[in-house]
Amino acid sequence: MNINATLLGQTIMFAMFVWFCMKFVWPPIVAALDARKKQIADGLAAGERGKYDLELAAKRSAELLREAKEKAVDIIALGDKRASEIIEEAKVQAQIESVRILATAKTEIDQEVFRAKEQLRIQVTSIALAGAGKILRREIDSKAHNDLLEKLLKEI
Amino acid sequence: MASELLTSSEYIKHHLQNLTCGMQDGSFHCAHSVEEAKAMGFWAINVDTLSVSFVLGVIFLLFFRLVAKSATQGVPTGAQNFAEWIVEFIDNSVRGSFTGRSALVAPLALTIFIWIFLMNLMDLIPIDYIPFVAEQMGVSHFKVVPTTDPNATIGMAIGVFFLVIFYSIKIKGLGGFIGELTLQPFGKFGLPFNIFLEVVNLIAKPISLALRLFGNMYAGEMIFILIALLPFYVQWTLSLPWAIFHILIVTLQAFIFMTLTIVYLDMAHQEHH
Repeated sequence: MNINATLLGQTIMFAMFVWFCMKFVWPPIVAALDARKKQIADGLAAGERGKYDLELAAKRSAELLREAKEKAVDIIALGDKRASEIIEEAKVQAQIESVRILATAKTEIDQEVFRAKEQLRIQVTSIALAGAGKILRREIDSKAHNDLLEKLLKEI
Repeated sequence: MASELLTSSEYIKHHLQNLTCGMQDGSFHCAHSVEEAKAMGFWAINVDTLSVSFVLGVIFLLFFRLVAKSATQGVPTGAQNFAEWIVEFIDNSVRGSFTGRSALVAPLALTIFIWIFLMNLMDLIPIDYIPFVAEQMGVSHFKVVPTTDPNATIGMAIGVFFLVIFYSIKIKGLGGFIGELTLQPFGKFGLPFNIFLEVVNLIAKPISLALRLFGNMYAGEMIFILIALLPFYVQWTLSLPWAIFHILIVTLQAFIFMTLTIVYLDMAHQEHH
């Protein structure tokens, strides 16, 4: 148990070990620890952000759904309105059409009537003429009275 | 020399004797007795202390270096987990007591803690094993616990002392350091008294560091030696409890040496105290 040069040897060894530890041991381990710490922190932050994003997306989808529903209701209402409008319009159109058809039919009928009357008149005239002719054949020359008869026909 | 032939006092003396080798009478040889070792003077070396502490230091650095080389930031396994656990423990201790910023203090603390822990741990090897093997190999003495050799603890304390002085001067400047030694605590008129107080304060740091560790380990070793004098069939009743208790002392002394080193360096880094 004497104090001797061991002391110096131990000091030198101590210095060497500390130097080695400081140079080659401590930095890589601490670097790995720090890197892992950062990775974990990043992971946690990403998780947090993901959760937040999810919440945001859920909110957004609910919003979209609500909007879509509103829009659908609007569209249905609009469709209903439009349908009734179309029906109304069709009714009016039909009314007009029917009136028009009625009018044409009336004119056609009138024309028919007129034509029939004309025909009738011609036939009556010719019958009358034939009757009169038959009566008059004996007394009147039909040629001499033809002009008169023409005139009469035109007047009728 | 078989143990049975020794008296108790010779047995104890044998166990407390380092393997001291040095130049004597023109040749390099190892001392066989306390007197011979003393006669070698200062320039002898304790081969057992140096070799055991060197081997333990190398084991420590090798293990941590291998871990450091393969350290990944992924999930740590086995050795890396263990090393990281220790590194984090040291890192927390340093953060707790060291307020400055230094790339040296944390690795220094790690080295001190593990190295001293391993050296202290040699105390748990049954005390006759290594000397017996050494004797078979023709080595007369072999003290396997380096920290029971005051040379080892004083050597480390001197290393810490140099660091304290180095950082004191580096942070405060030479003038600041001298001012701290001379102008406190009683101002410039109490100068001689200040110097006396502060120098004692400064010198007390390494001495207390060295002697605390040495004293504790030496006392523990001594008790193991005394227990070993009992008949072999009752030894375990005392050596087992003492060994279990000693595990605590081994760890605690390493931790205290580390913590005090950190504190001393913290004081060296501070401008005022």
